[in-house]
Amino acid sequence: MASEPIIRLRGVTKVYGTGPTAFQALRGVDLDIEQGDFVAVMGPSGSGKSTTMNILGCLDVPTEGEFLFRGHHIERLDRDQRALLRRKYLGFVFQGFNLLSRTSALENVELPLLYRGEARAARRDQAMAALDKVGLKDWWDHSPAELSGGQQQRVAIARAIVTHPDVLLADEPTGNLDSERSVEIMELLTDLNQTSGITVLMVTHEPDMAAFARTIVNFKDGLVESVDTRHRQGERVRAH
Amino acid sequence: MLGTTFVLALRSIRRHLLRSFLTILGIVIGVGAVVTMVTLGNATTAAVQKQIASLGTNILQVRPGQGFGRGGGGPRPPEFKPEDVEAIEKQVTGVTAVAPQAQTSVTAIYNGNNWSTTINGTTDAYFQVQPWPLQAGRTFNAPEEEAGKAVCIIGGTVSTNLFKGADPIGKRFRVGDVSCDVIGLLTIKGQAGFGGDQDDVVIMPIKAVQRRFTGSRDVRLMLVGVDQAYETSQVQASLTSLLRERRNLGPGEEDNFNIFDTKQISDTLTGTTTLLTGIVTAVAAISLVVGGIGIMNIMLVSVTERTREIGIRLAIGAVAREVLLQFLVEAIVLSCLGGLVGLIIAQIAIVAIAPVMQVDFVFYPGINLIAFAISAVIGVVFGYFPARRAAALNPIDALRHE
Ligand SMILES: Nc1ncnc2c1ncn2[C@@H]1O[C@H](COP(=O)(O)OP(=O)(O)O)[C@@H](O)[C@H]1O
Ligand SMILES: [Mg+2]
Repeated sequence: MASEPIIRLRGVTKVYGTGPTAFQALRGVDLDIEQGDFVAVMGPSGSGKSTTMNILGCLDVPTEGEFLFRGHHIERLDRDQRALLRRKYLGFVFQGFNLLSRTSALENVELPLLYRGEARAARRDQAMAALDKVGLKDWWDHSPAELSGGQQQRVAIARAIVTHPDVLLADEPTGNLDSERSVEIMELLTDLNQTSGITVLMVTHEPDMAAFARTIVNFKDGLVESVDTRHRQGERVRAH
Repeated sequence: MLGTTFVLALRSIRRHLLRSFLTILGIVIGVGAVVTMVTLGNATTAAVQKQIASLGTNILQVRPGQGFGRGGGGPRPPEFKPEDVEAIEKQVTGVTAVAPQAQTSVTAIYNGNNWSTTINGTTDAYFQVQPWPLQAGRTFNAPEEEAGKAVCIIGGTVSTNLFKGADPIGKRFRVGDVSCDVIGLLTIKGQAGFGGDQDDVVIMPIKAVQRRFTGSRDVRLMLVGVDQAYETSQVQASLTSLLRERRNLGPGEEDNFNIFDTKQISDTLTGTTTLLTGIVTAVAAISLVVGGIGIMNIMLVSVTERTREIGIRLAIGAVAREVLLQFLVEAIVLSCLGGLVGLIIAQIAIVAIAPVMQVDFVFYPGINLIAFAISAVIGVVFGYFPARRAAALNPIDALRHE
């Protein structure tokens, strides 16, 4: 792919804590993510996957190294600038769904639009469209407690894509779901990637889920061990 | 952005009704207490002032004896005589009129109705020195006063109990052994708060009372009206020296009479009720501050409880300022709501308590506005600290919070 990568990490390190208790979670990560790619991030527990996702999601900053988003250096942005970047370009899906309790699916999905200052009617329409996309149009007035795990995660995905982000980041989105529900989520992500052109980055432990991705990035001990791009679109290899 | 924040704050309040209710409870009680206390205090002061005004303000009450709590032993001081009344009227400058009084208890009888009351002998001056208009009829004329005729003006209580609603003017009834014609009916004055029912009285020319009831020329009490243009204290001083002279008191001797300035009583009583209102209001104000601390407390707890929610908001792109504003607006909306509920409760409490305290229900816009403004300020002040804490959270840590 000749075009400039949408995300580029160069020599990114992350040190948690200071002094004798300091722990180096990332030890110089280099990574390029192409626009429109569907990437699965794999690797043993503690290898730095979540740390990397947090940095990519502008929730955290690298200790050292460069982070370019569409060619712009953003490793030195301040808190508010990073928040605005998240608001405009990024969508997040977490393992634990992280929906607001006692709040309807619709209001949950609306939330990012509220922070964007969208008008009431526009918020409603866009949120309903996003819920429709994840197949939960009829469940708009249900609160998280009234939804199954798979449905909750789909609401979370609707919330992440309602702003039409460039990149969707998902940290173990199927970690709390059974395999049938997991496949549904994967199909949804694949669909979003293919029809909406959203670049998807997803952390997973399960090769079955990673098989939906086009590129697989393997982490080990705070470093990128390998990048595997052999999966082509539509060619779902069953790994063992 | 404020509109968004407002929507968010309202949603959050609506979703956690119990928590919101507990949060505002302190403010509700504080505002309610302050407004109730201040309103009832003001109403009491107004009522006291009204009662005192009904006694007349520019009046000196002159009695024999050394006043309250003094001169226990010794010979009884001499009573005043009609000559004293004349002398004061003629010789003391600044005196408009002097009303002598001679009183005794009697039973009044009319048509089988018995009523124990006080008979008060005085002159027409009585109605000049104090504002007490007649509801019907007339006051004494000079021949009646001179002759000591058995004519009388009765108070509302006597009229009600003797005549049972019939027009008393022109009726003849018995007081003790005397038959007496009613020539006038006084307007209702109401309870004095001290001194009992002012309307329970029969007023007769003093000469009639002296001759037919007390059997002496003694004057028990003089009401001295003071001209508005003169200082009451100056008139009181000249009155004192005149009476000392007339009662042959030497330079070293104490007064054997006392002079009460009703204006002074009025000032003292007003001062007392104002002080009491102040103290009670201060206590209520403290409860308002405690209410504010309550808001802060619950807001702080809710920051802790809501850490994950704050994490979610930050993660989907809320900037710190927006989270701060949301918490702040939530606190302000809550405290204003508390203030409003407090105001309503206060009005209900006032309507309920006012009749018991025998004061009128009055709505003072000032104190209501002030109390509401204070509750809003409390929202800002005590909401700011928890809000800042919420805004300062790191999204990752906040999300990881269980
Ligand atoms: N906030 C933190 N403070 C200290 N150490 C952390 C923190 N977050 C993660 N770590 C450590 O960094 C390493 C990498 O963590 P993480 O990126 O979450 O791994 P993964 O998601 O691949 O399991 C782990 O050893 C973890 O204990
Ligand atoms: Mg992880």
